[in-house]
Amino acid sequence: MSILVFVEQRDARVRSIVREVLGEASRLAAVLGGPVVGVCPAASDPGLATLGDAGAERVLLAAHEAFARYDAAGYTLAVVAAIEAVKPQVVLFGASAMGRDLAPRVAARLGVGLATDCTALAADGGRLTATRPVFAGKAIQKLAFPRVPALASLRPKVFAPAAASGRTATVEPLTVGFDPAAARAKVVRMAAAAGARVDLTEADVIVSGGRGLQDAGNFRLIEELAEALGAAVGASRAVVDAGWRPHSEQVGQTGKTVSPKLYVAVGISGAIQHLAGMSSSRCIVAINKDPEAPIFKVADYGVVGRFEEVVPALIEAVKQLNAQV
Amino acid sequence: MIQVVCVKQVADTETRVRVAADGRNLDPAGVTWILSPYDEIAVEQALLIRDKQAPGEVVVVSVGGPGVQSTLRNALAMGADRAIHLKTETIGPDPLQVARALAEELRGAGAELVWFGKQAADDDQAQVGPMVAELLGLPCVTMAAGFALDGGKATVEREIEGGREVVEVTLPAAITTEKGLNDPRYASLKGIMAAKRKPIEEKPARLGEPALEVVALELPPPRGAGKVVGQGVEAVSVLVRLLREEAKVI
Repeated sequence: MSILVFVEQRDARVRSIVREVLGEASRLAAVLGGPVVGVCPAASDPGLATLGDAGAERVLLAAHEAFARYDAAGYTLAVVAAIEAVKPQVVLFGASAMGRDLAPRVAARLGVGLATDCTALAADGGRLTATRPVFAGKAIQKLAFPRVPALASLRPKVFAPAAASGRTATVEPLTVGFDPAAARAKVVRMAAAAGARVDLTEADVIVSGGRGLQDAGNFRLIEELAEALGAAVGASRAVVDAGWRPHSEQVGQTGKTVSPKLYVAVGISGAIQHLAGMSSSRCIVAINKDPEAPIFKVADYGVVGRFEEVVPALIEAVKQLNAQV
Repeated sequence: MIQVVCVKQVADTETRVRVAADGRNLDPAGVTWILSPYDEIAVEQALLIRDKQAPGEVVVVSVGGPGVQSTLRNALAMGADRAIHLKTETIGPDPLQVARALAEELRGAGAELVWFGKQAADDDQAQVGPMVAELLGLPCVTMAAGFALDGGKATVEREIEGGREVVEVTLPAAITTEKGLNDPRYASLKGIMAAKRKPIEEKPARLGEPALEVVALELPPPRGAGKVVGQGVEAVSVLVRLLREEAKVI
């Protein structure tokens, strides 16, 4: 038996989530047995041999010029071809925009079960169990798979990459019968440069602002603090609905579910929908003038105070710290 | 043009989750049921296209128990023309089962656009839309945050990490909708009255064998009680020291 990992590349670079997924695949392989094999649709080899260091024994490269950008139909063919070649017990994807789009197609093609956005996997008695948040984190669901292979996508920033082994993966070609001329959906361009900024779901640190900031202009302070911390900017539903911030920054149910190392909530009272989306963060800081705000119940560290005073002082303190390092 | 919107009934997002006695499902006692928020966006988009660009019929379809009809009425009250209820007594069918039932209903229905919310606001699986597309052999664009129809083609923008992918797709196609695509309308009183007279066709849902088995539904472990490190500006130096030395996150 073996474990197959979808190796996601963008702009000819392997994305960091792949190392997280390979890390979990290696841990599972230690229990279930069998090698960890990658499959990568790409225009050319994005340096797949280096993935040996992250736990892959070999990587199948499905090379096609149409695979420079994500192509749902073509990538599905490539992953299905790899599954037929490798006959894995488990197939893992990152729960990125690409993995979330691709994995259900593969599952439907094969008629097998898929658990998306998992936060833990376990192999009990040779059987895979997937743990995943539901209701945007208000509950946790555990799923088993009646059929083989079991498919799962893994939430970014939750799984640790494997310790560097110093090994090199074998790269083997995988032939995929794909005809781009027959494609009925095609990525024609990127509306904003990919990788220009950190996405919320992949950020190590997030600074979020809420209605307590009183005015859209005050988000300047959130942006400054985010810059000092090297963080992404998030927002509560209230300020997104008010049109202060774009929906792509919304954290919580009907927005993004995030698990950063550090989450700083400024002027966010802590409605249940918001808490659902961020309470799996490793460390939560709340800054709010209302000591009764529900956000303080989930915060590891709370500061009761006015944002106009606390945030500039915090920006200054972080800048001083950065200058020392 | 015929458009079909696949919708799901879910617990209101304000719901405090309690686990049912079976240890596997949501306790339905006291839950308010709503049209899943992302599905509202899908319904709205189909109505906008019907009313402004491509006249025709908007059909809403849902898989579930008898209670689902109130959610289908919500979509009819927004302005959809008719509804199909694919009936099942199975509690929480898995995404592939739902996709099979929907695909069977849609096969040969002549829909040019099949809409879905990007995920349901209960199990958050985000699978049914692309699965139905795969089963029907349709192209599919997920997480649409922008949509423009031009004859037999559409240009769709989807949010990805750090940007937006622009996808050109040939109809018939399946699209799943992201928040921000539009602002769903509230049903008017007139719409609610009209919905009472619109037809809901009932058929059995053909789910097939399950592909997933729910072993347990649990509440997340509570976070340890936090501490308020202080008030105002004076607390900042304490906070920074704790973040650096205790939490080791900066």
